[in-house]
Amino acid sequence: MSYSPSELLAVTAARQLFGVTSVFAGVGIPLLSAVLAQKTHAPGLTIVVEGGTIGPQILPGRLPISTNEMRGAYRAQMLPGITDTFLYAQRGFLDVGFVGGAQIDRYGNLNSSVVGPFKTPKVRLPGSGGANDIASLCRQIIVVTMHERRRFVPKVDFVTSPGFLNGGDSRSQSGLLFGRVSRIVTNLGILGFDEQTKVVRLEGLNPGASVKEVTENTGFDLLIPDRIPVTKPPQEAELDLLRSLDPERNFL
Amino acid sequence: MKPGDFVEARRRLEEKPRTSGEKLTTLMDAVGRVMDGDHVAIGGCLFSRTPLALLMELLRQRKRGLTISRNLMCYEGEWFMAAGAVETIVTSWFGIGLPWGLSKIMREKVEGGVVRFEEWSHLGLGLRYRAAAMGVPFLPTLTMLGSDLMGVTQTKTMSCPFTGETLCLVPALFPDVALLHVHRADRLGNCVIDGYPHMDADIAGAATTVLVTAEKIISEEEVRRYPDRTVIPGFVVDALVEVPYGAFPHECYGLYEADFTHFDAYVAEIKSKGIRAVEEYLDRYVHGAPSHQEYLALFGEERLARQAGYARELVGRS
Repeated sequence: MSYSPSELLAVTAARQLFGVTSVFAGVGIPLLSAVLAQKTHAPGLTIVVEGGTIGPQILPGRLPISTNEMRGAYRAQMLPGITDTFLYAQRGFLDVGFVGGAQIDRYGNLNSSVVGPFKTPKVRLPGSGGANDIASLCRQIIVVTMHERRRFVPKVDFVTSPGFLNGGDSRSQSGLLFGRVSRIVTNLGILGFDEQTKVVRLEGLNPGASVKEVTENTGFDLLIPDRIPVTKPPQEAELDLLRSLDPERNFL
Repeated sequence: MKPGDFVEARRRLEEKPRTSGEKLTTLMDAVGRVMDGDHVAIGGCLFSRTPLALLMELLRQRKRGLTISRNLMCYEGEWFMAAGAVETIVTSWFGIGLPWGLSKIMREKVEGGVVRFEEWSHLGLGLRYRAAAMGVPFLPTLTMLGSDLMGVTQTKTMSCPFTGETLCLVPALFPDVALLHVHRADRLGNCVIDGYPHMDADIAGAATTVLVTAEKIISEEEVRRYPDRTVIPGFVVDALVEVPYGAFPHECYGLYEADFTHFDAYVAEIKSKGIRAVEEYLDRYVHGAPSHQEYLALFGEERLARQAGYARELVGRS
């Protein structure tokens, strides 16, 4: 069974939603993962999208490109205002938030704002959007990203979305009393965090990926335990479902 | 206006001439109320319900020194940059969407130091409009804390007077002008929106002057028959213009889907010609089409009908 890195990413991310009742998902791979989970092991999953959608079902072939268009509202249960949508997360109703970013560091902080200094950036990126809010307010944050050395940097140029900040208890010290980054799902494997220091730790390898490949594609020293389980490869049914959702492969 | 200055914001509202009557006017008259240097807040979100007819008239009138704010800023931000009309962008995100990549124009202007990019989190900006709509100087929130966004914005932290926990405070944002596109309104300015409400009602309440385009003007009787559907009351609105397809080629929920092929062509031109492509686009679609009817004619009826068909499929009313 052959599959692309983004298909692998979508399937692995979807499997993280076992037993989850609500997910705050961005568009692209995160939304595809959430819909896949909804159609397989998490039928009761309520998807929430920041543009103001609660409980959409998504019409195959008509995946939304933005967080706030009709495609994303297909058969939804509620279309609240954007501010109110985030306030459900601030109140604590959202189990999982899926986020990504251009850069991620050894404490799981994400940057989607600038490469270089903020005032005189080398590259001005699009910005936070709702990423900061999702990372600040959901109970559990799962980062979904391709595993590349230029993304996995020792220290992000700008903390757009908080992970564990400077490690230890610095996240809660800053006032972020709730929520934590639980996992980083990549096309190479699954990463978690050391309980005390909050440094990134390798917790699973995708089929075909090696520890060497992970370390080579990570720009900082991550913790490598002695035993690393290998994740189950994407199944035909999962891939078929994904491909039916995105037949033109806009995101896969 | 200084962020959070609720006293000044209230004073400006009280000094405004008030009317409970007719709000209907023309695009030219409505937009004539915008002054050089104003802070203009834009309703909708990204490529949904963008008040494009109002924005294009703003460009035709060649206003200068503007600050524009929007929760997610689409390529209308590029137009104001290319026209040299904007000094500061206040937003949480700038682009069109994943398939179109980073905004080349925005990068050029912001990295070159020509335009200032003030970045907030999406909720942070939403709460700024809401605080203003509430008439209070700030709102406390649990978002943005610990991030570097705190250091580049006018947020403050405080220790909660009840629990002692650390809170992020975002200052109210009182725009001079709000530009909104809604589905329906009566001639008194009572506005009805279908589908996503986005932040429009808060933005309307926050601004000193509120300019609205509606797809359709409906009777006062129809508003009174379904008062629960009114999301912005007439007394908030200063000027109203009937503009069918007033957000096209962006989407208007239930009425027409965004025309992604148009976005593709727009971005392809920028990739080959850079900022000149935007100038040419404005020459053709904005300055070359002085009325909205002439503008829509550039797309053709077939395309408008096609996008309307897509919308009906998506809302299950085909």
